Amino acid sequence: MGRGLGGRVTSGGSRDAVPGAGPPKMAVCIAVIAKENYPLYIRSTPTENELKFHYMVHTSLDVVDEKISAMGKALVDQRELYLGLLYPTEDYKVYGYVTNSKVKFVMVVDSSNTALRDNEIRSMFRKLHNSYTDVMCNPFYNPGDRIQSRAFDNMVTSMMIQVC
Amino acid sequence: MADTVLFEFLHTEMVAELWAHDPDPDPGPGGQKMSLSVLEGMGFRVGQALGERLPRETLAFREELDVLKFLCKDLWVAVFQKQMDSLRTNHQGTYVLQDNSFPLLLPMASGLQYLEEAPKFLAFTCGLLRGALYTLGIESVVTASVAALPVCKFQVVIPKS
Repeated sequence: MGRGLGGRVTSGGSRDAVPGAGPPKMAVCIAVIAKENYPLYIRSTPTENELKFHYMVHTSLDVVDEKISAMGKALVDQRELYLGLLYPTEDYKVYGYVTNSKVKFVMVVDSSNTALRDNEIRSMFRKLHNSYTDVMCNPFYNPGDRIQSRAFDNMVTSMMIQVC
Repeated sequence: MADTVLFEFLHTEMVAELWAHDPDPDPGPGGQKMSLSVLEGMGFRVGQALGERLPRETLAFREELDVLKFLCKDLWVAVFQKQMDSLRTNHQGTYVLQDNSFPLLLPMASGLQYLEEAPKFLAFTCGLLRGALYTLGIESVVTASVAALPVCKFQVVIPKS
């Protein structure tokens, strides 16, 4: 598994694309965005399409902001942290989750992966949230820095493999 | 659940340690302020982590007052095993949180003795409140005042942007 320098963009590479088989079937991207809307952690697989996933995550932030402000105005008790499906594209579905500290988690899933159910996505977000909280409580972590914790990396790897 | 005195003893030692290294025997304003801001800074980092960890299962906070209520109930209970005794606000960004028997002051005295020493023991907690507020998206200035031990008031001022 390749690792970027200093927690910059890295790619999982958990599955090699079969030569000549067309686009890989189970591509996934996971991003953690700070409340000031810059990425604290972003990882995608496979390697070739990194920029596309970055762009996707970036555009999804607008949808997240929309949902958050809608939440504030809604009189219904709609204050869940899980935001659900943000928007679908033809190949991918993008899910969002925002914590009380306005840190956003964005997850891109392959559309053809219909076996992935809503509550599975919820539990993946919960795991992300728990791991992020652990990173926050790590004395060597300065809040606002890029996440470089190996434990967090391993947890994200396990989720990407799981989806794949 | 860990014994509450563990944190109290640790906190007392922190304050004592910072003041023990104060080379200037005459408690001039410069030296004192450094130690107070060190304590406040420590509290800030702890508050940041707590602000991330404690509200994990709760629903999203809808407004500022919800966050303050969370501080008075959940944060205070987690750190001091009791709730804040009163929360008042002028609805314009200033909140006064009053604790009538603050656990860090309780073992010291009950009345006016040691009143001058009390601020040292409140600095960490001020930072704690400020850190938790910061993680939850609110920039603030937190100060504390003591009229008579162990009653103390924490004043949170949130500047209108």
